[in-house]
Amino acid sequence: MLASLALLAALTALPLFIPPFWTANILGRAIAYGIVAMSLTFLATYGGFVSLAQTMMGGVAGYVAAVLVPDSLPSLVGGVPYAAAVPIALLAATASGLLIGAIAVRTQGIYLLMITLALAMGFHLFAQANIAWFNGYEGIRNVVGPEVLGRPFRDPFVFYYAALASAALLYALVLYVVRTPFGLVLQGLRDNARRVNALGYHAALHRIAAFGLAGFIAGCGGLLVTFYNIGITPGSIGLGPTVNVLVMSVIGGLGHPIGAFIGALIFTLFDTFAADLYDRDRFNTLVGLVFLLIVLASPDGVLGVAKRATAAED
Amino acid sequence: MDLRIHRRALLLGATGAAAAATTGLKTPAVAQNAPIRLGWLTTLEGPFATGGQDSFRCMQMLLEQHNSQAGGRRIEVVRESSNAQADVALARARKLAEQDRVDVIIGPLSGAEGIALRDYSRTLSGKTIVNGSSGASDTTLRNASPNFFRFSTDGTQWMAGLGNHVRRTMNVQEVAVLAGDYAFPYAQVFGFSLEFCRAGGRATYLFSPLGTTDFSSIIARIPRTAGALVVVHGGTDGLAFMTQYAQAGGNLPLLGGSIMADQTMLSARGPHRRIMMGMVSAGPLADVHEEPSWKEFVARYRARWLNEGGFQSPSIHGFNYYTALQGVLMALEQVRGDVGGDQKAFQAALAGLRFKNAMGADLHLDHNRQAVSDIFLNRIEERDGRAQTVTFGRTPQVNQTLGVPEAQFLALGAPSRDNTGCVAAS
Repeated sequence: MLASLALLAALTALPLFIPPFWTANILGRAIAYGIVAMSLTFLATYGGFVSLAQTMMGGVAGYVAAVLVPDSLPSLVGGVPYAAAVPIALLAATASGLLIGAIAVRTQGIYLLMITLALAMGFHLFAQANIAWFNGYEGIRNVVGPEVLGRPFRDPFVFYYAALASAALLYALVLYVVRTPFGLVLQGLRDNARRVNALGYHAALHRIAAFGLAGFIAGCGGLLVTFYNIGITPGSIGLGPTVNVLVMSVIGGLGHPIGAFIGALIFTLFDTFAADLYDRDRFNTLVGLVFLLIVLASPDGVLGVAKRATAAED
Repeated sequence: MDLRIHRRALLLGATGAAAAATTGLKTPAVAQNAPIRLGWLTTLEGPFATGGQDSFRCMQMLLEQHNSQAGGRRIEVVRESSNAQADVALARARKLAEQDRVDVIIGPLSGAEGIALRDYSRTLSGKTIVNGSSGASDTTLRNASPNFFRFSTDGTQWMAGLGNHVRRTMNVQEVAVLAGDYAFPYAQVFGFSLEFCRAGGRATYLFSPLGTTDFSSIIARIPRTAGALVVVHGGTDGLAFMTQYAQAGGNLPLLGGSIMADQTMLSARGPHRRIMMGMVSAGPLADVHEEPSWKEFVARYRARWLNEGGFQSPSIHGFNYYTALQGVLMALEQVRGDVGGDQKAFQAALAGLRFKNAMGADLHLDHNRQAVSDIFLNRIEERDGRAQTVTFGRTPQVNQTLGVPEAQFLALGAPSRDNTGCVAAS
């Protein structure tokens, strides 16, 4: 708890010491994607559900907001102020989480992975083909985000602190939820679903609710990403971004929600600077090698390294 | 508890170290003798990777010719690559502008990326984005941004002259239009139909999704009354259609979109080559063009790049990026390398440029900072033992609305599957 607050204080003060580019485009971006990754970490760590639909849930929030808010291009509904559009978008993301949870409720492991991947790709292709609501391949642009205290959302500090505040609240929410009876049942499901059923809990409902919460978390991340990208296109919810979220969670380490943010930070750093470190035509090789190295050296990601280092000290 | 402290130390250590590394790197270019920094953004990953490589080839060739100097200042280039996705292009552009502190970005390559960068350019002050090769018309036509410039023509402009050629020269009343089901073909179909239908032609539209491999149902739906086929597919889709149409014994005259008649298609082997001989298409360039400046450009390109992975002649993307860099260098010369003062003088110079591009076509920008230039009619012929596109006609000074008054053109709405631009002359 104390360490978390100290980390939060450090992150709050950090923009004073680093260039604005770092504030918005490394830390802010890492936190926004980290929230989406944390949605997966929550499901995987406490429920044992490895889902590939997190980017899709984020995309639902992004698209709903993009369709509703004023000044988006093209304006499909438009005119709904951000104060209303943001809750509606989050509600839609939660609903999409519940729906995905319900569809995938009877699957485990690799089958859950496949069914969520299929849903995510289905949504991606639908968004790409649908002109009336999603504006097809070009997507919806100029979703600039709300003004906060009279300053535009794209201001590096506004974006960073909005992302940081959302992340801190959601992080606390996850840590709280897993201690509630609901969270304990979830962990019971992970360890032995049959026993939980035998105890009289409705396993399926708990699973669906967990996906709903994951949808809400991913929706918050998806909204931040959409505002950061000044809009949303089918490319933002395609196979690449879908897998990237899994990569972030895995390299950071499944095991604790903080792993998602560590993973997202490492991912963002390499995504941004790999081209400076290595041949521009082939920098993806470097990115791939680094991720391979992390997973080879520590199957439970960076968190696992930290854990082992502590264990060695003791 | 121990673990938590380690975790925090790790995170802070990583960000702190990285922050220190970059603050050392950034030095604002204020002194007049400091180099001008250009950011080159193209796609070296994904479906357009070969076009992206060619963009760098053509720009590097031009920069070498100028000894990396313009307006008395040295030019320094930072290269970046996206994968043809809008948000990746945006992340790279942000890095170029905010981290690498470039003065001008030249890029990106594809449509959705262009629109994303147009929106981003509006949030930048004192920096300019010059479009590389992205061809969506809305990038400059609707909601144009004051510091986004495009020296290449768009997908709709590229079809200029083809509709009239089919209706008037070939005297065909009705055509079937076969096109991919996404933004770029919509723009091309719109450009073709606008001319063709105004001249009294009728058209049936058959759209198929990007990545279609079996065109038999589409081929079966071509109306008997159609006098010609207009094929606006590219890449593997185009190849698959042409192969199947040839195998089905199709014999209607063929007309092509601007990415139909390109070297990737012409150099592939198969039955499509038989029916593609003589195919007419429209676009901003051709392999063979009797203009000294073009012959010199192609010769220079081949001498420089043929042994280093280059094409037989420059690609459309290479040509577009080349033209963009030409514009930037000329404007830098005019302002004697002065990119200070929020780049007001530099942007005014860009907007006022008038020059001939490598095809020998006059080029200037309109009030949306969009190129107005000549478009060529090309025919596929056998030259030097291989199929090549050869120019035979030219539509001078094609603007973004194809000569239709802008208000009237905008009222037609953005091109789509349901808005093909086929409106009869009133």
